[in-house]
Amino acid sequence: MAKQVGMEVSIAAAEAVKLANVDVIAAYPITPQTHIVEHLSELVADGELDAEFVPVESEHSAMSLAVGSQAAGARSFTCTSAQGLALMSEIVFIAASMRLPILMILANRSLSSPLSIWNDHSDVMSVRDCGWIQLFTENSQEVYDHVFIGYKVSENHNVLLPTIINMDGFILTHMFEPVYIEDESVVKQYLPDYVPKFSLHPDKPVTMGAFAMPTLFTEAKMAQNEALKASYPYIMEAWKQWGDLTGRYYNPIEELHTEDAETLLLTMGSFGETAGEAVKAMREQGKKVGLLKLRLWRPFPFEELRRAVSGASKLVVVDRAVSFGGPGGPAASEIRSALYDMDPRPQVHNTIAGLAGRDVTVNDFIQIVESAETKKTDDYEIYGVRG
Amino acid sequence: MSNVNVFAVKTLTQKEYFSSGHRACQGCGETLAVRLVHKALGRDVVVASATGCMEIVSSPLPLTSWEMPWIHVAFENAAAVATGVEAGLKALMRKGKIPNKKIHVVGMAGDGGTADIGLQALSGALERGHDFIYVCYDNEAYMNTGIQRSSSTPYCAATTTSPAGSVKPGQTTWKKNMPAIAAAHNIPYVATACPSYPMDLVEKVKKAAETPGPAYVHILSVCPTGWGMPGEDIIKFGRLAVETGAFPLYEIENGRYRITVDVPELLPIETYLKPQRRFRHITPEMTEIIAERVAKEWELLKRRVEFSALD
Repeated sequence: MAKQVGMEVSIAAAEAVKLANVDVIAAYPITPQTHIVEHLSELVADGELDAEFVPVESEHSAMSLAVGSQAAGARSFTCTSAQGLALMSEIVFIAASMRLPILMILANRSLSSPLSIWNDHSDVMSVRDCGWIQLFTENSQEVYDHVFIGYKVSENHNVLLPTIINMDGFILTHMFEPVYIEDESVVKQYLPDYVPKFSLHPDKPVTMGAFAMPTLFTEAKMAQNEALKASYPYIMEAWKQWGDLTGRYYNPIEELHTEDAETLLLTMGSFGETAGEAVKAMREQGKKVGLLKLRLWRPFPFEELRRAVSGASKLVVVDRAVSFGGPGGPAASEIRSALYDMDPRPQVHNTIAGLAGRDVTVNDFIQIVESAETKKTDDYEIYGVRG
Repeated sequence: MSNVNVFAVKTLTQKEYFSSGHRACQGCGETLAVRLVHKALGRDVVVASATGCMEIVSSPLPLTSWEMPWIHVAFENAAAVATGVEAGLKALMRKGKIPNKKIHVVGMAGDGGTADIGLQALSGALERGHDFIYVCYDNEAYMNTGIQRSSSTPYCAATTTSPAGSVKPGQTTWKKNMPAIAAAHNIPYVATACPSYPMDLVEKVKKAAETPGPAYVHILSVCPTGWGMPGEDIIKFGRLAVETGAFPLYEIENGRYRITVDVPELLPIETYLKPQRRFRHITPEMTEIIAERVAKEWELLKRRVEFSALD
């Protein structure tokens, strides 16, 4: 029986990595990811987890080492934040192209400069096109569950792509919350040992990481794109199986009060809980406002999104990153593009908020919705700028 | 140097682990070194290669020259990838997921991938004490991108980014001492080698493989294209590098230095430098500066041998 306990979300994440029985952990410390790797090192030191814990000298080597260990057939884990992701990003792209099902938790933090340790989504948006499956989580349970779900999907031989689990730095990593800790037997049943399709072993030599001339490169990239798109049904299947086992079901887009909603708010990550309170409050005032929480960022759930927004006249997308000199927040610009062919389609407003951990409260969300309701244009705004 | 070394090479396995048909330049000293390294190591290896000449000549999709498991990821991370493979295999064997067996994990890179961009990853891997062998194939410049200088390019050598001009003599800095940097990590085995001395190279690679923990082998790989000489002369120039003291052959076993190919009297340095296109501009003054430095380094090496023999 799953047991509900209160613990820091980072500790819960590490406990999930332990239950997933990973073989290799590549770890380099960066705030706010540190509590995850610290706890994992304790679990290994105490013999609770039989894994190689490798304290590498940089994030670039963390991802490189995970590529090597995963290629050798070992279930591999790493986690990082912001500058760490930026440093390793070269290898992040390669890991996906080499179809290595690594799992990485990204404790989301702002990219410098100014230097900030606090939360936003500028880090993950910088690797938007890296080819990984990318998910957002809003609480401890979602982080915990997606460690198993992530491996389950990634290691599926029809998928073989790495997964990033985004968890907001501090807002989640350093928060104490109740979480259902699963029995080992449940996890074992759901997530059997990793069976690599190809691995580096002298008994069956393979060459990995060849170079491609222009005659083959386009085909390789087309195949990679198709693979990521084709992972969608396996993600759905993995969510359903997890739900059947635990009673906790997940969707590419979670909906709250969306029935008959005229205005929809759309958020990602930990914004969801606060935005949910705001929507409840607005409903109590009789406003037809609903909330969409975008969980699956890659592969992007186009059909789900179109279905979820149909009937609404306004869609207010709250981004947690800026696309400098571009069309606003990265999520909003993708969502606008995804809805372009819909007829009728909701008017999309974009608010960028919560940069570098600035609090976005229930009242802020109410204000964001109210201000969007009076706007006629599709422009974006950066919310709450002082001065 | 006796000829025994040359004939004994016939005792090596006939099996080729680095197949012919690759796209290296004619007379490439590096491919010869790779071939010998893997004859020494045998079949039970996994190789992690950096980007560079050896990667680009050997792995054009869908072809491969590698008869053993081989992975290439990027330029600066061969040591990190290799130690990932080592950690993965170790965990899988310990957990009973694959059968127990000795598999030699090898990281390989050129001098740029080792002494420049890959130095941090290599230092981390050596410091962590993984059981692996790192081989630097040193052709003394970025040959794959068109002969640009690296920190391993020798003083005065002309490259496309250290040209010999009216003001500058070519490379203005001395060759970075990578074996000393590796040795400073207190790893159990460090060696220099050159395919012109094949059995010396093979013995060192075997020793590196048998050593538990990290081992570093630095192989001078004569590059006829980058250095400017006929392809058939590469063995000769490898020998001249050793016989003039430009590249001494030695090993450091648990801190003890040993010169493995002794040179009772160093040949004049110009016999090595002068015929190479990259040094054709050097003046007698430059030669003198280099000769002094080489003599000093050689003396220093001999003193290290004596000093490290004291317990």
